[in-house]
Amino acid sequence: MSIDVLKSGALSQLQDLGRWGWQRYGVVVAGAMDPWSHRCANALVGNADTEATLEMTLVGPSLRFRHALVMAICGADLAPRIGSRPVPLNRALVVRAGAQLDFGPRRAGVRAYLAVRGGFAVAPQMGSRSTHVRSGLGGLHGRALEKGDVLPVRPTAAATSAEQTRLERADCARLHPAGPVAPRIWPEGSLRVMAGPQWGLFGEAAQAAFVGAGFRVEAQSDRMGLRLFGPALQYRHPFDMISEGVTLGTIQVPPDGQPILLMADRQTTGGYPKIAHVASVDLPRVAQCAPGEVLRFESISLAMAQHLYLQREQAFARWRASL
Amino acid sequence: MASDRNWTIAPAGDCCLIITFGQRVDVHINERVHGAAQRLLQAAVPGVRDIVPAFTTVSVHYQPECFAQDGLPYDHLCRQIEALLDIEDSRGSGLTVRTVDMPVCYGGDFGPDLPEVARLCGLTPEQVVERHLASPHRVYMLGFLPGLPYIGGLDPQLRVPRRSKPRIRVPAGSVAIANDQTCIYPLESPGGWHLIGRTPLALFDVRRAEPCTLQPGDRVRFVPVAPADLKGSP
Repeated sequence: MSIDVLKSGALSQLQDLGRWGWQRYGVVVAGAMDPWSHRCANALVGNADTEATLEMTLVGPSLRFRHALVMAICGADLAPRIGSRPVPLNRALVVRAGAQLDFGPRRAGVRAYLAVRGGFAVAPQMGSRSTHVRSGLGGLHGRALEKGDVLPVRPTAAATSAEQTRLERADCARLHPAGPVAPRIWPEGSLRVMAGPQWGLFGEAAQAAFVGAGFRVEAQSDRMGLRLFGPALQYRHPFDMISEGVTLGTIQVPPDGQPILLMADRQTTGGYPKIAHVASVDLPRVAQCAPGEVLRFESISLAMAQHLYLQREQAFARWRASL
Repeated sequence: MASDRNWTIAPAGDCCLIITFGQRVDVHINERVHGAAQRLLQAAVPGVRDIVPAFTTVSVHYQPECFAQDGLPYDHLCRQIEALLDIEDSRGSGLTVRTVDMPVCYGGDFGPDLPEVARLCGLTPEQVVERHLASPHRVYMLGFLPGLPYIGGLDPQLRVPRRSKPRIRVPAGSVAIANDQTCIYPLESPGGWHLIGRTPLALFDVRRAEPCTLQPGDRVRFVPVAPADLKGSP
């Protein structure tokens, strides 16, 4: 079974929860920028969190389904439609064989995730299907989708004849008309951060600016990190850092004082002072921020961040169990 | 035991912590780093998903939900690490040291920065190569790209800062120096180090059981080869 790629979109890649366990070799983790939406899409079609979804960025692709199958789209609203009919987000859907999925102008967020029941049938490399373009690992041929590609899906994606009766005469229909709907987690407000190991290296003015001012997301932002622009965050004194591990949500500050918020395709180690780390629960929001948006930071404790994390996991488990 | 510890643990966000063994790039500190990383890898603690040794630190990436039985997940994992490393301290590192031969074609098109490095060091290009061959190279860590080694031990006479303007494309296999280290680019990538040669060896191959040619702690012996030996190189 497969899906034809008629147009690639701006950047469409297969991603899962990342290639963990190999950073000691310099292998980048990659993975879904917004793991929450990735997991919700998988859960709606009955997949484990670890199946790959298609991460679609800003401008979605055009896809033709060769077979009737079950799918879900979560995350950003990139105006998906089949023919002239909008495709609902955050629900399990059945689509007709031959239907063509297109996307329109972006309405909210940056990254949408398409899951198919059973998952995409690409072989994992080093334990993950996540695409990392620079190292040529994972996904479909180690790269983003291109026009003319054929995306293989597992036979379990096939919609049963009972499921296809949902379609009546439409090309796309809700598999469960009354729900369930993936929970949304994009609250307004500041991003919660914990002080980083070099917090004390920054002067009082820089520390105050970091939690008081806004930082604009720059156009050069990508899957490696968000480049931010705001008041320059100066060190108290010149500082020669020895490279060490960095992680998802690390905010490092090069000597020019403009912070970089590291995301999925970050390097394994970094040599710039780290002023803070974004709480994991707020990282999906970061993944959905477009260039031009302004981020604000608010300090919380590690204990609070881990409490919020565990609470979020419990909420996800409860929602998943209700499906 | 705690008072004898010569390492510290600090959080790095809510899913990672960093164990620090020292404050300078030094072969003895680095050996302790890799000994501890080895010990943590062997322990295979459920919920720890990556162990990343660097020059002076080991980063431990973990899933807080696996350490939530009592109290703060961070505290819970710290206690486990302390118990594991206290044993390590009493045992010594036990790291095996290999010597790996690394063929290099120095200079010419493969090492376009060799004349510039020679000029900066007040040496001839031949002397730069001689001193590079004679340096006691040792892999401190892998990072930046899959299989990319940071190799310490460079002759102090060859100490040059990074290029003021990084190259957008450094060819795969390039052997490069900056400050007190040598690195080898496993893939074509941007890079700011001075290119002095190129190796035909693949440093990273996902199809191999052990994908990286070099490991932390390895001694590296560079072996000069002729340009003809680089035909069909990566």
